Parts: sequence; structure tokens; C-alpha cells
Amino acid sequence: MRYAMAIDTKKCVGCSDCVVACQIENNVPVGYCRDWVTETVHGSYPNLELELRSERCNHCDNAPCVRCCPTGASYIAEGGIVLVEGDKCIGCGACIESCPYDARFSHPEGYVDKCTFCIHRVRKGQEPACVSACPTHCMYFGDLDDPASDISRVLKNRKYKVLAPEAGTKPQVYYLV
Amino acid sequence: MASRRDFIKISALGIGGMALGAGALKLLAEDSTFDPFSPITQFSRIPTYCEVCFWKCAGWTYTDDKGKIVKVIGNDEDPHCNGRLCPRGTGGIGMYYDEDRLLTPLVRVSENGKQTFRQASWEEALGIVAENLKKIADKYGPESLALFKHGSSGHYFEQLVKAYGSGNIVSPSYAQCRGPREVGWKATFGTTVGSPEPTDIRDTRCLVLIGSHIGENMHNGQVQEMSEAIDRGADIITVDPRYSTAASKSRHWLPIKPATDLALLLAWIHVIINEELYDKGYVEQYTFGFDRLKQHVRRMTPEWAYGITGIQPKAIRETARLMGSAAPSVIVHPGRHVTWYGDDTQRSRAIAILNALLGSWGRRGGFYFDESVRLPEFPIPEFPEPKWDWRATLDGRFPLAATGISNAMIEASIPKEGKDSRIKGWFVSGTNLPLTIPNRPQLEEAIQALDFMVVVDTMPMEVTGYADVVLPECTYFERYDELRTSPHREPYLALRMPAAAPKGDSKPAWWIAKQIAEKLGLGSYFPYEDFKEVLDWQLKQVGSSLEEMQKAGVKQFERRSPLYLKENEPFTFRTSTGKIELYSKEFEQYGFAPLPNYTPHPEPPDNYYRLNYGRAPMHTFSRTSNNPNLTDLMDENDLWVNPKVARIWGMKNGQEVWLRNQDGVISSFPIKVRITERIRWDSVYMVHGFGHNNKKLSRAFGKGASDSELITNPVPDPIMGGTGMRGTFVTFLLEEPIKAVES
Amino acid sequence: MNEEIIISGRNIPMVDPHLNIWHWPISVYLFLGGLAAGILFFAGLYTILGRDKNLPTAVKWSTFVAPFALVLGLIALFVDLKHQWYFWRLYTTIRIESPMSWGAWVLLFITPLSFVWSASYLGELIPGWDWKLGILKRFDRWVQANRLPLAWIMAILSLILGIYTGILLSAFNARPLWNTALLGPLFLTSGLSTGAAAIMWMSGKKDERQFFTRIDLILIAIELFFIIHLFMGFLAGPEVQLEAAELFLNGPFTLPFWGLVVGLGLILPAILEMLELRGWKIPAALPALLILIGGLLFRIIIVEAGEITRYLY
Ligand SMILES: Nc1nc2c(c(=O)[nH]1)N[C@H]1C(S)=C(S)[C@@H](COP(=O)(O)OP(=O)(O)OC[C@H]3O[C@@H](n4cnc5c(=O)[nH]c(N)nc54)[C@H](O)[C@@H]3O)O[C@H]1N2
Ligand SMILES: Nc1nc2c(c(=O)[nH]1)N[C@H]1C(S)=C(S)[C@@H](COP(=O)(O)OP(=O)(O)OC[C@H]3O[C@@H](n4cnc5c(=O)[nH]c(N)nc54)[C@H](O)[C@@H]3O)O[C@H]1N2
Ligand code: SF4
Ligand code: SF4
Ligand code: SF4
Ligand code: SF4
Ligand code: SF4
Ligand SMILES: [Mo]
Repeated sequence: MRYAMAIDTKKCVGCSDCVVACQIENNVPVGYCRDWVTETVHGSYPNLELELRSERCNHCDNAPCVRCCPTGASYIAEGGIVLVEGDKCIGCGACIESCPYDARFSHPEGYVDKCTFCIHRVRKGQEPACVSACPTHCMYFGDLDDPASDISRVLKNRKYKVLAPEAGTKPQVYYLV
Repeated sequence: MASRRDFIKISALGIGGMALGAGALKLLAEDSTFDPFSPITQFSRIPTYCEVCFWKCAGWTYTDDKGKIVKVIGNDEDPHCNGRLCPRGTGGIGMYYDEDRLLTPLVRVSENGKQTFRQASWEEALGIVAENLKKIADKYGPESLALFKHGSSGHYFEQLVKAYGSGNIVSPSYAQCRGPREVGWKATFGTTVGSPEPTDIRDTRCLVLIGSHIGENMHNGQVQEMSEAIDRGADIITVDPRYSTAASKSRHWLPIKPATDLALLLAWIHVIINEELYDKGYVEQYTFGFDRLKQHVRRMTPEWAYGITGIQPKAIRETARLMGSAAPSVIVHPGRHVTWYGDDTQRSRAIAILNALLGSWGRRGGFYFDESVRLPEFPIPEFPEPKWDWRATLDGRFPLAATGISNAMIEASIPKEGKDSRIKGWFVSGTNLPLTIPNRPQLEEAIQALDFMVVVDTMPMEVTGYADVVLPECTYFERYDELRTSPHREPYLALRMPAAAPKGDSKPAWWIAKQIAEKLGLGSYFPYEDFKEVLDWQLKQVGSSLEEMQKAGVKQFERRSPLYLKENEPFTFRTSTGKIELYSKEFEQYGFAPLPNYTPHPEPPDNYYRLNYGRAPMHTFSRTSNNPNLTDLMDENDLWVNPKVARIWGMKNGQEVWLRNQDGVISSFPIKVRITERIRWDSVYMVHGFGHNNKKLSRAFGKGASDSELITNPVPDPIMGGTGMRGTFVTFLLEEPIKAVES
Repeated sequence: MNEEIIISGRNIPMVDPHLNIWHWPISVYLFLGGLAAGILFFAGLYTILGRDKNLPTAVKWSTFVAPFALVLGLIALFVDLKHQWYFWRLYTTIRIESPMSWGAWVLLFITPLSFVWSASYLGELIPGWDWKLGILKRFDRWVQANRLPLAWIMAILSLILGIYTGILLSAFNARPLWNTALLGPLFLTSGLSTGAAAIMWMSGKKDERQFFTRIDLILIAIELFFIIHLFMGFLAGPEVQLEAAELFLNGPFTLPFWGLVVGLGLILPAILEMLELRGWKIPAALPALLILIGGLLFRIIIVEAGEITRYLY
């Protein structure tokens, strides 16, 4: 099993529903977020290109945040989901420094927090909160090892990219382009 | 001199709000535990439909085992949302948790010559309202009371005001929003567009957006269907001077010069007729005035339009052909907020005509025939016949207006040359007039002249600062409301019911309206103890019940007629000719151009830029700019400036500037510059709804600038009274302007 | 014009607009760790080489600094932890891949060792010193008897500590400035240099001082060599590292780094040391202090600048 996410930049409108849905579902304190949306504009008027991307922890296959954690608080759970166990975390910040995507943050209570791929929902057979809220249906979540899953199909049929592949982290959030 | 109705920014209003204070939000945060596997497992779900905008998505409010509201998600069975709310709907719970909410009635008092609000009991506040309404009726007649309303609460106060004897009822959704489109469409097809728009985007092959910025305009079902259309490879053509989100998803983006759309539309009609791309059978069978139209657009070539719009003739032809080849599965979107330049009804007509030529009205992938449930009205006595109504406030202008015009109603509240004003009292609910209505000086002058003004709102918005009495409504999470009956592909009903008891002393609008009615001796118009009785009665008339709806939230009913026109089906349109009027008999009769024409509009003078505005997907007008969840996504608007302009002015990204419009009005607050290629060099752009000046809005106060405040010269649409709001020109003030000391 | 912005209002404390998770205590910790490592390394080394007689400051007196440096360093580290009272979690596991874990464990052993080592010289330092308690006396005797094996352990542990304070940062690939194999050796060298400087300063014996001045000069030379190669590497590297180098070549860190760290913290003391070797009268404290301050600033700047550099995507 290898959970992954694919996000269709051709459909994403940058509305940030994924962000607010995550904040509410996961009790993310106001002022913090586990996912965020970026906008990139290239060119000059009127020859322009725009890309909107909903970003979060990439649940990297080769996760430096897990490697550098001195207590084992950061670990890899089923399906490659990278998690943080709050009461093992000393808040040293090593994992935050190690993530090329700035996907982690220090929760006001001291431990490190980040996207969990909504494992609590996934275990119940539901989709992550952001995926199930996205009004444009531009997010896909599922098991890459299952060739029949939506995500496997969409990655088979579409061109995609990952973020900062040169960082060598083998990210598992794919962007359809 | 202190005016009688000082705008109260800071006031005794504090105490109540403060007492409840920060608590709510902290609660949200406090539950956090180390367990990433979300602690809450015991949920109950209660049906609702969303009130953050007028799309009215049905959803479920989730409460935890302690009855605390934790989230709201879409109802899978609802065609408005298909189980997914938009960010504003998802963040809607912030409206319930906002610690700045109005929680007790407030009455205006004078203390040491300073005006302030004092908390009052409902009994006292309602007493003051009833007493003043009686006074107005006795002194000037009940017609002198005007109701400004928007949203769900409007229904109950409309009932109250009609029972009281006034027909002066207005909503900003007409003269500031979709009025021109409805009139243009009705003149053409004999029927208005309505809401939600019956655009069959899901199945379309070509979607043409003229200004309509779907994706930023987050009207949920449309956004979802546009995404589906992208998936299906539909062609999207976007006409917008700004590189909108929709433009970025389009096969063709036509970066039009602002205010010139009519020329483009006429050129498209020209190409479609000349290259015979139109739906011949449809045009022949259903339309009236084709030859006159053909004659009319004869000279309106793409080359002609190029000189006006800046759009290459090649692009005009190519896009026209694209529409032609997709027809009738094509939608030239009627838009929604269409009060732009004062000739908006004519632009809407041109759009309607284009659709008629393409045969998209009543066709799959074009416009479907929507249907709604016919719900019987709960029996109440006949309303008294008012001696005059909103029509009188138009003074013979705007003959095709179908409802009151807000600015005309405001005008009618201002005494003129020895003549007393017609309107003496205002009842306002669910509309934040200062940030909604153009021409604020006129609005303030009118308010100063009033005998009495009462405002019902959930938040201490600007409009409440002008009121004599402020009545706190509870939020949509805390009340029953009318059943949602809006039309769709299939008729549906949706229920809103409370998921929690009203906070503080806030109350539902139906209760407020009923209390006032009783005090005025009009109790017979509210013949129920609880609004639930009305819902149950109505539901039983259509074979359902409140109990059923409390479980299901939404219910689908059978259609009574087909969704689309059948091949060559005889069909009578509700126009004077029974046909789709390409040539409008009605307009001709009223002396308006029966075929639309392009007329030039003023252009910004040197060093001035056209003020363009629009929506951010995470906010609704001014109502969400204090919402804790949504301000977390965006807490102020910024001013989009083209890099060329920024260079001329030496502006840097993030720099704060003030804006001054052509009439010398200066923005109350600075706005941060965003230097971006997405805007033209002749315009600037900002999201509408920011620049709040009421300090009680702890998050929104002073954040960003208000477009409304700068729109002081609305251009009236002579046909129906719409207020064209895009003719505002602004220049930059790089330093804080010295302001007159507040008296 | 190209634009890259976050549009969902993200503004997380200590992460946006750029990372600021590690603050000066971390730099102080790295500095004190490096300093202690340098001191203990020299003490261990010259004990093993049997030079405790002619290098008494190195072997004995300077080591009194080490326990304080280590404890202060640990306090600094602790101060910058965000979930402090879970500190003990460090010692419920050994994570081979985590430099932090290595560091925690090394410190667990080297800190008491540094106490024991310096305490064992208390008798020599304070004539008539008496441990009073019998058990302490016995322990002191045991230490004296096993000095050589303890010196070996100390030398090895201090080397690990020195390397650890160096590679801690370079283990973070995510920060282009730190993402270089040269940073580890550079920090190690700098740590040894601060250790040598401390010994130089404390030593009352001319020959010992000159000996460590020579060592220090060599270390400074190595440091300068590493620094030049560091930037050559960056300039030949990918865009993100070019941007990192920009911070130092034409950015906010240009003056602090080249002026304070390289100029006042390396080159000036090196000149002073050379003059001293040529027989000029230079107060011993001057070059030593410059080197110590330079070493601290170096760490502060590298930590801070590193957090600004990031991947682009
Ligand atoms: N400058 C400018 N002006 C515009 C527009 C623009 O884009 N720019 N857009 C125009 C358009 S398209 C429209 S439709 C109108 C919209 O105009 P409005 O509907 O007036 O817009 P809002 O600013 O959202 O104001 C809504 C008010 O209702 C209150 N409210 C929210 N929920 C409730 C409730 O449950 N009960 C009660 N009683 N009150 C509630 C809010 O607190 C707020 O005061 O604005 C128009 N005006
Ligand atoms: N998120 C969110 N969504 C909303 C709302 C909200 O408050 N928030 N409000 C809802 C309501 S009530 C309404 S009425 C709709 C309004 O939504 P729309 O009907 O889509 O709004 P418009 O104001 O007509 O369109 C704004 C766009 O018009 C472009 N524009 C400006 N001038 C011109 C011009 O001269 N020609 C052309 N072709 N384009 C021009 C602007 O650049 C901008 O992209 O949104 C609805 N959806
Ligand atoms: S909810 Fe969907 S469309 Fe909206 S920003 Fe997130 S990914 Fe994009
Ligand atoms: S994105 Fe960052 S936090 Fe997530 S697994 Fe990769 S390195 Fe770790
Ligand atoms: S902050 Fe917590 S999760 Fe991150 S590396 Fe340190 S202990 Fe591990
Ligand atoms: S998967 Fe869950 S935790 Fe991760 S961003 Fe989406 S909603 Fe948040
Ligand atoms: S479109 Fe969004 S804000 Fe409007 S009703 Fe639906 S969920 Fe609510
Ligand atoms: Mo609107």
C-alpha cells in the first residue's frame, strides 16, 4: 500500500476550501495551517500563464524529517503516511529544518504538526477532509499500489510533476499539469 | 456640529460582546491533543442550508457529543452543492463563533452630547420600534416606511412591512446586481434568468464568460460544473480585461478593453450571422426580428470591434466559429453582477441574442428549463393595498424596473427644494448598505434625514452604526427558516434547522418580525407560535413533513415538464410576439433601442486608473471579512497594479497607498499594492467587501480598502435603474493624506 | 514578470515568511559544544601522547571550562526546545540516522566525563583539597589510575561531539546553504580553533602558548581554505545555492560575514598570532577573544542565513 495524492492544476481555482476544511477537521489553531495554496504567474500581459497549487506535506518516500528526528516522534505509518507523535516530540525543530517544503510547523502547544493525510478518516474508508471538500473535484487520493484506484488511473493518463524533485525526497503529492 | 445620527463606531456596545469574548475561538483550538487521529468520534448531523451567499447550498451541521458545532459539510443529495460546500460555506461556522457578534438589542442614546448605544431588553427595543413605526404611519402614512433587505430574513420583514401597509421594498440584488440581466433576458426570452442560473455547464461544449469570473465568483454548482466541463474538454472563452482565474483555464482569453463588451458582442453576432453559424431551424422557428438584426449588425465587423475593444479580428472570428461549431451546446453566460456601465440591460440583451442565435436556450449543454417545487403559502390575511409604492420613488424613470431601486429609495428619503421626502423610516435587514450601495454621500444624507431607522443584523456591521435600534439576529446555525425552493434541473426542497440554541440574546428573524407585528396589532399576519408550524404545514401540502425533512435535509420532487426543448417542438415564449425577440418590441414601445448598440464610455483621465473590483473565492462581500476562519485565509484586500504603472509611480510590492477618486473622495484606509501582470495598465483591481470602518469588527476594522466608498458616481441604467459601478477612476496617494479632524 | 505567492493567507509563526525555528541559543549551543569538544580533544590527545607535563593548561586547567560550556550549551539547547518537558524522550531511543540523537547520547556521556576529568585535577589546582567523602576519594583514586583509557574515551567522544556540531547543519539538505559536505569539517575545525584559543588564553607558560598559537594558525588556515571552497562550491552549484551564496556575496550577510567573521574573527587574530610568534608583545587575550567571538558569530550567521535559503518550486 502506498497512499498518495494527485492535484489537478488545470481544475484548481485556488479557492482554499482545502485549507479551511483541513483547519476545521483537524482542529488546526487559527493562524496555522497544514495545507496552503500557491499562485504562480508567468509572462507579461496579455501573454500569461497561471498555476494554482494546493500544497501540503508530500509524505515523502525518502523523508528527511523522519530520518533526522532524534526521538522517533516522526515516523512512517501504514501506506507511507508520515506522522508525528506529539508526546514523543521534544520540539527540537530538526524535522522542520529538514523539510524542503516547509510543510511542518511548531504547534502552539510545542509539538510539531503537519498534514496527516487525514489518516483518521482514511482508516475509516473516508477521503481526507481537503479532498472531500474541494468543490472542483481536482484532488485525488488513494493507493498507488492498487492499479484500479482513481489516483493510479489519473497518474497513468495524465502528465504530472512533483515539487522540488532535486531535493531527493521522493514526494508523493503529484501535480497534474 | 454633531449630526443627529452619528455613525457610532465605538460604543457601549462593547460590554455584551466583550463578556462572551474570545472564548469561542479558543475553544476551537483548545481541543487539540497529541492524537493526530482526531478526537471527536460521536457526531450528530443537523440539516441546514448555507447563508454565506445566495446559492443556498444544503448541508449538514455536525455537532459533537457535547452538542458543540464542529463543522458543516455539503449534503450529497443536493444539486446546488453535490456534497461539497465552497470555502465560505465550510468556513461558515466562523459566523456562529465570531466573538464580535451582536448578542443583545441596542438602542441609541445621547450621553453628554455624545451618541452611543445602550444594551436593551427585547421588550424595550421592540417597544421603541413599534412606537416609531406607529408614529410614521400616523404622521405620513405607512407607505413612508422602506424595507431594505437581503437574504433569508427578508421574507419575514417583507411580510411585516406589507402587513403594515408599505410596498417600498428593495434588495441590493436588483439594482446593484442582476437586475439588468433579468430585464434583458425577459425582453428577449420572456423569462428571467433567475438563481441559480439554469446554465447546463456540466454538458456544454463551449462556455463563454463575459466578465463572469467563475472560480473567484464561487457560486458553487457553477464552479463544480465548470470543473467538470474542463475535464470533458469543453472550450472556455473568457472575456475579461483582467487575467481572471477563469481566464487562466480558458482556451481563449480575450483581454478586452474595459467597457467595450457590447462592441465585441455585436461583432460576434455579425460573424455568426454572416458566416451562417447560427442555428437556422431554431432561429426560424422561435425568433422574431432576425432580418432587422442582420441589417443592424451589417457594419459591425470584427475589424470595427478591434478598434474599440483591442481584440484581434482573427480572435473574434475564431471564437465565434468555436461557438458556432459547439451550438446549441454552448453557453454565453448571462453573468450575475452585471451593473457595470449603465448600458447593462443592452449588453445583457446582446448576450441573450447571441444565445438565441446559437439556439442554446432550452438545449442540452446550453440552458435547461429549471423547475422548482410549488409550495403553497401559509394562509394569512390579505395585505392592505398601499396608496403608493416603490414605483412612485422612480419619478417616471426606469420604466422596466421590476422591483424597487435602492438608490431611488434612498433619493426619496432626502428632502428636496422645500419638498419633504416621501420616505421617513427605514427597516434594514441583512444588507450592509454603506459597503453595498454606491454613492455613500447620498446614503448618509438620506439616513440623516430619517425619522427612524432599525437594523436587524448578526454582526456590528457599518449599517448598524447608523441605526436608532439594532436587533440581533441569530445565525443560520441557530434557527429555522423558510424552505429553500430555488429551481434546478429537478425541483428540490431543502430545510434549515437550528443546530444550537441562539447565542446570547439573539433571535431568529421570524420571531422578531412576529413580535413587532403583535405590538402593531398585526399579529394575525403571523398566526403561529413557532415557525416550525409553517414548515410542517407547507411540507404536508406537498406530501412530506417536517419530520421527514429533519432526517433528509433535502428532498427531490418530480419534474412536471421536460428539461429541454424537443426537436421542433412548438413553444410559445412569454413575449408580446410569443417568440424570442431578437428585436425587442417592448424596448421599442418604451423608446429604448430595440436592438443593442455600442456606445463609448468615459475613460480615465491622465494619472487615473479604472477601479475594477470583483470577488475573492474565500469571501462574500463585506459579510465574511470578520469571520475568524475566513480571515485566516485572507484578512485584507490588496490593490492589483500592473508593473508598468508601479514603475511609473515607483511603487513596491506590499507598499500601502491611499486612493482618491475622480470626485476627490479618498479611501479611509490604505491598501497594499500587489504588483502583478494580471491587471491591465489602465486599471487597478481590488476585491470588494473590505475597508470596514466599524471598530467593533475586531478583525476587519481598517483592513484593506473599500471599493464601495470610492464609487460615488453610479451611472443609472435608463431602462431599469441599475447602478453602473465600473466607471470609477482612481489615482494613488503614496503618503497618508491629511484628513479633516472628526467632529 | 514572474510572481510566486501564497494566496491562502498562510503566515505561520516561525515558518513564514521564512523559517525562523532555530534562534541564537542553537548557535550558542553549537559554539559551546565546539569549544568544549576542542578543549577536551586536546586534553585527551596530549594525555595519550604523555605531554601533560609541558602542556598543563591543555591537559588540566582548560578542561575546567568544558563542563561549564557543556552545561550552558545544554541549557541553551533546552531553551530553544518547543516541547521542553518531553526532553527525556531523547533517551528512550537511539536513532542512528539522526545527528541530533547522536549528539544527545554523546553529551550524555561526555558531560559527566568532563566533570570527572577536571575534578580529578582539583587536588593539583587547590593544594590541600580534600574530597571528604570516602566514596569520592576512592573514585578520584580510580580516575587517576585509569587516566589513559579515560583520555582515549574522551578524545574519541570529543571528536564525535566536534563532528556532530559540524554536521548537524549540513545534514539538512533542505537548506541549500547548509547542504554542503564542507560545512561539517569547517565547523569541526572552527571548534578546535576556539578550543586552542581558549588554551592559548589560559596558558601561563610561554612555550605552551606558542605551541597552541601554531596549532591555531594551522587551524585558521584550514578554515579559510574551507570557506573559499565552500563559496566556490556554491557558485558552481544549482540556483538555490547561488541564491544562498548571494546572501554572503551581495546581501544582508556580506558585511557581518566577511567583516566580522573572516576579517576580525580569523584574519586579524591570525596576523596577531604570527606577530606574537615573531616576538611581538601581544596580549594573549586579544587573538583568543577575537577567535572566540568570531566562532560564535560564525555560527549565528550560518544558522540564520541557512534558514532563509530554501528550495524553489
Ligand atoms: N462596490 C460594490 N458594491 C456591491 C458589489 C460589488 O461587487 N462592489 N456587489 C453587489 C452585489 S452583486 C450584491 S448581491 C450586493 C450584496 O449586498 P449585501 O447583501 O448587502 O452584502 P453584504 O456586505 O454581505 O451584507 C450582508 C449583511 O447581512 C448581514 N447578515 C449576514 N447574515 C445574516 C443573517 O442571517 N441575518 C441578518 N439579519 N443579517 C445577516 C451581514 O452581517 C451584513 O451586514 O452588493 C452589491 N454591491
Ligand atoms: N466568492 C464569492 N463568490 C460570489 C460572491 C461573493 O461575494 N463571493 N457573490 C455572488 C454574487 S451575489 C454575484 S452577483 C456574483 C458576481 O460574480 P460575477 O457575475 O462573476 O461578477 P462580475 O462583477 O460581473 O465580474 C467580475 C469580473 O468582471 C471583470 N470585468 C471588469 N470590468 C469588465 C469589463 O468591462 N468587461 C468585462 N468583460 N469584464 C470586466 C473583472 O475583471 C472581474 O474578473 O458572484 C457571486 N459569487
Ligand atoms: S479546494 Fe480544490 S480548487 Fe480549491 S484551492 Fe483547494 S485544491 Fe484548489
Ligand atoms: S514533505 Fe516535508 S514533512 Fe512531509 S514527508 Fe516530506 S520532508 Fe517530511
Ligand atoms: S521537533 Fe519533534 S518530530 Fe521534529 S525532529 Fe524534533 S522531536 Fe522529532
Ligand atoms: S490530508 Fe487532511 S491533514 Fe492533510 S491537508 Fe488534507 S485535510 Fe489537512
Ligand atoms: S456557494 Fe458557498 S457560500 Fe454560497 S451557499 Fe454554497 S457553500 Fe454557501
Ligand atoms: Mo449579487
